[in-house]
Amino acid sequence: MTPLLLADLTVFTLSLLVGFEVISKVPATLHTPLMSGANAIHGVVLVGVMLLAASVSTAAGYALLAVAAFFAAMNVAGGYVVTDRMLAMFRSRSRS
Amino acid sequence: MSTFDTVVHLVYLACATCFVVGLHLMNAPATARRGNRVSAAGMAAAILTTAVVLVHGGHITASAWWALALGGAGGTIAGLVAARVVRMTAMPQLVSLFNAVGGGAAALIALGHRTDTTTAEVTAVLDVVIGGVTFSGSLIASGKLAGRVPGRPLVVPGGRLISAGLALVTAALGVLVIGFDGGVAGLAGIAVAALAAGVLLTLPIGGADMPVVISLLNAFTGTAVAMAGFVLESTPLIIAGALVGAAGAILTKLMADAMNRPIGAIIAGGYGTGDAIAVTAGSTAGVREITLDDAAIQLAYAGKVVIVPGYGLAAAQAQHEAVALAEALTARGVQVSYAIHPVAGRMPGHMNVLLAEANAPYEQLLDLEESNPGFGRTDVALVVGANDVTNPAARRPGNPVSGMPILDVDKARSVIVIKRSLGHGYAGIDNELYSDPKTAMLFADAKAGLGGLLAGLHAYAP
Repeated sequence: MTPLLLADLTVFTLSLLVGFEVISKVPATLHTPLMSGANAIHGVVLVGVMLLAASVSTAAGYALLAVAAFFAAMNVAGGYVVTDRMLAMFRSRSRS
Repeated sequence: MSTFDTVVHLVYLACATCFVVGLHLMNAPATARRGNRVSAAGMAAAILTTAVVLVHGGHITASAWWALALGGAGGTIAGLVAARVVRMTAMPQLVSLFNAVGGGAAALIALGHRTDTTTAEVTAVLDVVIGGVTFSGSLIASGKLAGRVPGRPLVVPGGRLISAGLALVTAALGVLVIGFDGGVAGLAGIAVAALAAGVLLTLPIGGADMPVVISLLNAFTGTAVAMAGFVLESTPLIIAGALVGAAGAILTKLMADAMNRPIGAIIAGGYGTGDAIAVTAGSTAGVREITLDDAAIQLAYAGKVVIVPGYGLAAAQAQHEAVALAEALTARGVQVSYAIHPVAGRMPGHMNVLLAEANAPYEQLLDLEESNPGFGRTDVALVVGANDVTNPAARRPGNPVSGMPILDVDKARSVIVIKRSLGHGYAGIDNELYSDPKTAMLFADAKAGLGGLLAGLHAYAP
């Protein structure tokens, strides 16, 4: 096992634990926005797609890259906006 | 490590911190929106930084820039339009669709990346398997929720045999990729098998089990993204993927517990009810019917009313009618609240979003623990399209709902149930609440029934 892999595994495991800790406190009322917000966070896959761009050089590679970029951008842009829309409703309600 | 690399790593670390803090702020309605924005800011910073890294590296061909820009722009527009126009009742299928494309993108990364180390090969295989299953599975789930794919459990003949075959093929190809440098061709084969497996996994699952399935698929996508992070050796992907994986896992567990069903049984599928009326009719012995007008009068002269919305209300999109009725009752001085079971609706917490959209005051939305102690002091419990989650049989051992957390509706002084028929819920048993002497049944669609009650309220109790 390389030191890099060990470091990555450590980060992965600790992030899982942080995730469990942070999310287990969210009340049932907010479960849908939470899921939608978490959904937007995995839109970080767009960063991965961008990094992938450095290693493609064939026509098939470019096609794959474009599709992946489409998917990831849809995930990240739509995810955040829809979550914000949902949470706006919750806020206006608690004021009235 | 050069200064540039150090700065990039530190910025990525700050982004990851934003994700964690953002999720943490989602603990309370008052800060949740800020949380989402903190998370979005982190995401924007991560994407910008990556763009700078690409320019700095200078290895990218013009064609690759074009592919990124065109794909990215198209996806952004599609995502923004979908997010702007979606109706709150259609939220579950949209979340499911975003989940699908996220998983798809993660799988494509593994397919497109040259894998030369064993670590990269192993994680690439995992990424393609999980990402592929999530992509097709979430699309089917989204189709079921949108009504484009029938919501009832669809049993594929020989489905289990085919699944086992697919698993074997995947394992064989995995060995080929990892042990013998099978490369892209092997991964592409795995992708095809994973896509088929995703369809087979989701088709047999019924509409009522969807909250569990969406949560599970959400966890899958997170894991797939983390695997893509291992393939690319990119820390932000690993951290964010793990966070989402944890979120999905927790929600899956919560939902499965609230439905009193092991996750395995849900995946095995074939039990959940669809959107249509259940086929099996319950026994009619001891069931009392009530007319709309009588029910309206009973509500009008009650001191405290608890509305118990269930899957039927979400399916009939009757949240506005429910809130209108509640407002009319409140105006008459009746104390009104909503008792919301964790699995009411079509995704975790969906009922809260629906009622919030219809402008139900936040303080009136009570969860299981908050609402149960109050039923004893409730004059009328109005159950709208909820079934198994109100069945008192859950308190006794020896039946399919035993041990399931239920709303103590039967402790209210009287109960009115709006339901289309005496059909069974997914548990497939009679609901003892319906034959309770203090329960009256109002046979109607949730939307029509609530609308009728409101009209009756205005007509008979002005």
